[in-house]
Amino acid sequence: MAIVEIRNLTYRYPGSTKPSLYNINLSVDEGEFFLITGPSGCGKTTLCKCLNGLIPNSYGGDFDGEVIVDGLSTKNHPVYIIAQRVGLVFQDPENELFCTSVEKEIAFGLENLGLPREEIRKRIEETIAMMGISHLRDRAPYELSGGEQQKVAIAALLAMKPKILVLDEPTANLDPFSSKSVLDLLSRLKGEFGMTIILVEHRLEIVAKMADRCAILNNGSIALIGKPEEVLYSDEAEAIGIGIPKVVRLTKALGIKNRPLSSKSLANFIMVRK
Amino acid sequence: MIEFKGVYFSYVPGEYVIKNINLFINRGEILAILGGNGAGKTTLVKHINGLLKPQLGYVKVLGMNTKEVSVAKLAKQVGLVFQNPDHQLFAETVEKEVMFALINFGFPPEEIKSRTEKILRGLDLIEYKDRSPFTLSGGEKKRLALAAVLCYDPSIIILDEPTTGQDYNQKRNLAKLLKRFNEEGKTIIIVTHDIEFVADFIPRCIIMSNGEIVADGPSDDILTRGELLMANKLLMPQLVEICYELSINPPSIKFDVVLSKVRAIMKGEI
Repeated sequence: MAIVEIRNLTYRYPGSTKPSLYNINLSVDEGEFFLITGPSGCGKTTLCKCLNGLIPNSYGGDFDGEVIVDGLSTKNHPVYIIAQRVGLVFQDPENELFCTSVEKEIAFGLENLGLPREEIRKRIEETIAMMGISHLRDRAPYELSGGEQQKVAIAALLAMKPKILVLDEPTANLDPFSSKSVLDLLSRLKGEFGMTIILVEHRLEIVAKMADRCAILNNGSIALIGKPEEVLYSDEAEAIGIGIPKVVRLTKALGIKNRPLSSKSLANFIMVRK
Repeated sequence: MIEFKGVYFSYVPGEYVIKNINLFINRGEILAILGGNGAGKTTLVKHINGLLKPQLGYVKVLGMNTKEVSVAKLAKQVGLVFQNPDHQLFAETVEKEVMFALINFGFPPEEIKSRTEKILRGLDLIEYKDRSPFTLSGGEKKRLALAAVLCYDPSIIILDEPTTGQDYNQKRNLAKLLKRFNEEGKTIIIVTHDIEFVADFIPRCIIMSNGEIVADGPSDDILTRGELLMANKLLMPQLVEICYELSINPPSIKFDVVLSKVRAIMKGEI
């Protein structure tokens, strides 16, 4: 069942002459891991802001078409209502975190929702356990590493129990190890908790194998959409100029019919054939 | 050209963020500094433009001991592009952002105009010249911050995480641009997590861990050492990972080399 439904969405920022998004049609199923990629400036971040209602509610501009999230049209509902269903994680966790301890950071959103004290306590405990960050509980977010900060930012959102997590290049400022641990966490949220994950990422060599489906945005429109292997092995993807993973380039050059997305699956295929 | 000798630095007394750094970079070299978050990479490069001074040891840049010259004097020779463009951009328009440094360094008006236009074209920003920097996308802001440094032609260019938020074409363009500047004799130092970018484009790399340099050498050697990379919070480039999976020895970061080895395996030659 579709939990996100975007119909004929065209959006132009106030003061801008041309639309940043043009005629987007997209539906994402509940529990799906959906990957969005595309050249810089193609509209990825704008699309993320449409998913939690920041656009059009806080930005204004010309908004045509409709974004329906968990049955609610973003045009007709305030951001705080949509935000309870869609958690949005930005690129730079430093800009999001401001409390003096991780625990308070997680409590902040819950207090704003006006939840009773016991419920807040319960959700903090649940979230900390789920994220495996009990050792960080009393630390100040600003003294944590980038990877830890991003996990805290995600935890603060998860505590609000959104059904959908939208992440805009969450690992851009993280080292490869921290990136991998944040991305592995997303797989686990999908696998164990059935969350819907919408992830914007450039580093396809790490994330392509994790996604159920993927879309390439180009100049504000969806240029390609489908299973990651269909999209990444297509000639159009190469023409758009996204970073085709080496494993895909190598497989194509070898003329192999399979379409592996990881080093391991390529190696397995070669060894089996041998 | 750039020399670090026994350099130590701490923000908090006794807790050294960089330790015993010995490093020599020749004029016209292009190299990458890799390492996990908090390894000391940014602290190290801030010593090159004199923003930080060593507490022990010394740093010499173009023959000048950084303790003995002003940051202003070094700044004209050493351009530092920060990781977060929001910390750097402030002008009303993209064009004015680039012109700012040129005006400060006292270039003649004609020169300011031609340099600004050239660099905005080179970095694919010319169509935004009248826009506010803050309306640009993350990737575009990064390119603008780079333009604002490249325009005054420093002989050493340091880029802190230049590829984050950049798509593949832009990375390739950036690599081309850096290569061009490098061929003109500029020394280029890139601080990055982007292993694939280094493997594809940067010939020398240094790995830092806990404030120390743990490896320094040609990228096609360093980046094929899986254990070394993993031990320092880095991942292998995907081609190297494929080599490991298929027991190709020695592993390589070069596409054509890996391709021919895999072909040989498939034909049963290995």
